[in-house]
Amino acid sequence: MAISSRYSIISLARNALNYHRDWQVAWRSPEPKPDYDVIIVGGGGHGLATAYYLAKEHGITNVAVIEKGWLGGGNTGRNTTVVRSNYLWDESAHLYEHSLKLWEGLSQDLNFNTMFSQRGLMSLAHNTHELREINRRVNANRLNGIDSEVLTVEQVKAYCPILNCDPKSRYPVMGASLQRRGGIARHDAVAWGYARAADARGIDIIQNCEVTGFRIENGRVRGVETTRGFIGAKKVGCVVAGHASVVAGMAGFRLPIESHPLQALVSEPIKPVLHTVVMSSAVHVYLSQSDKGEIVMGAGIDAFNSYAQRGSPFVVEHLLNALLELFPTFSRLKLMREWGGIVDTCPDASPIIGRTPVEGIYFNCGWGTGGFKATPGSGWVMAYTIANDRPHRLNEPFALDRFVNGYLIDEHGAAGVAH
Amino acid sequence: MLLISCPHCGPRAEIEFAYGHEAHIARPTDQEKLTDAEWADYLFMRKNPKGVHYERWVHARGCRRWFNVARHTVTHEILAVYRMGDPPPALDR
Repeated sequence: MAISSRYSIISLARNALNYHRDWQVAWRSPEPKPDYDVIIVGGGGHGLATAYYLAKEHGITNVAVIEKGWLGGGNTGRNTTVVRSNYLWDESAHLYEHSLKLWEGLSQDLNFNTMFSQRGLMSLAHNTHELREINRRVNANRLNGIDSEVLTVEQVKAYCPILNCDPKSRYPVMGASLQRRGGIARHDAVAWGYARAADARGIDIIQNCEVTGFRIENGRVRGVETTRGFIGAKKVGCVVAGHASVVAGMAGFRLPIESHPLQALVSEPIKPVLHTVVMSSAVHVYLSQSDKGEIVMGAGIDAFNSYAQRGSPFVVEHLLNALLELFPTFSRLKLMREWGGIVDTCPDASPIIGRTPVEGIYFNCGWGTGGFKATPGSGWVMAYTIANDRPHRLNEPFALDRFVNGYLIDEHGAAGVAH
Repeated sequence: MLLISCPHCGPRAEIEFAYGHEAHIARPTDQEKLTDAEWADYLFMRKNPKGVHYERWVHARGCRRWFNVARHTVTHEILAVYRMGDPPPALDR
């Protein structure tokens, strides 16, 4: 039973006149049913998007999303919200571009303002090799129909005047690539928007319910054991990011994944100074200014395996050193918050989306440091894979067996953050 | 930041070290008989435990020697430091 009425300027005006007393909750909190057609483990953006597209594209609505904490409390609420599709290889380019196209209509589709802002994304080159790589990647992007262009130093300076382009600086800027359709979105709104839209189509969202094991009979999944008892399911999609190895262990197989902390931080809010996203792979910094005015910055991963959602301070110090070389104007900026998320890094910096050794269990993991941008596309192909028990052509190359047949999709160059 | 006790130099800050990932992964000896799946398991599959992780570190900005560490991946507590080639110590947690 759908409970949410459509959001519109009329509903906003009506509720404003009524002192906002009648806003309904955005989704129900039902008791779990004894069994479902599909259970999605993990209530982050990717999991909720999977549930939404199962209902919307495939008409499968007897679905539960099971989340051990609260919606979007993991990496969905911890990332730096960068959205782009300028990946090198055809396989990745097609997948991320499909996602970017879904982003472009997402707020209307979900009837929820995801605040998706295509403010452009500039990737800096600090040496000759990087400049060559950027040229190569831009050309590859354009062959795949993805907007991408190379900027000279003068164009970089004109595009982002506060960037230090002094040739004598420690990290001289030699050029950049620019994807104008790239940008940022509001991460919480993505989780909430998908949750509300999935709920409106009859999907149960069950929070504070941790999966503790699988019931597997004759190599086929029958359901999941949870902290709220057994819940039966014909199919189970696991979209648990940093905990992918743990959940795979419950199902009896291993993954080529390591979990690492990835740290990010925001400054105090300031007046608009940075209208675009700037990233530099060489010095490990990527930043943008949120609509609230905070400078949002992300670091490289901490080297060691961890499930602790915190990392070492020297990683942040390294990021800030690089930041101040590139943006000297931020030297008096006060930092407001700093946090870590647990990212599931894959050896080839590409995700794993598809079937597993257990019939009826599907995994979507290994997004590592760059999963947020893929949220709509990831959910879309995952829903297809679960509904049809076979991958869509977009995620076929991203199967787990690529580590056996050697068909790796090396995106370390485009991934932005070293793994 | 981790405080790591190098077996040769004593306790030093993490920034002096480099990480060597999971320890005790032995290269297969009967290589000509190995299937692709067995190679994949050796090359790519990892334990990645939520709990005690046996891992390698190198004192890259110190004595430059490798050693093993048993560390908890949630608390980050270092439970044991032992030499390369030694078996993983039995830990009661």
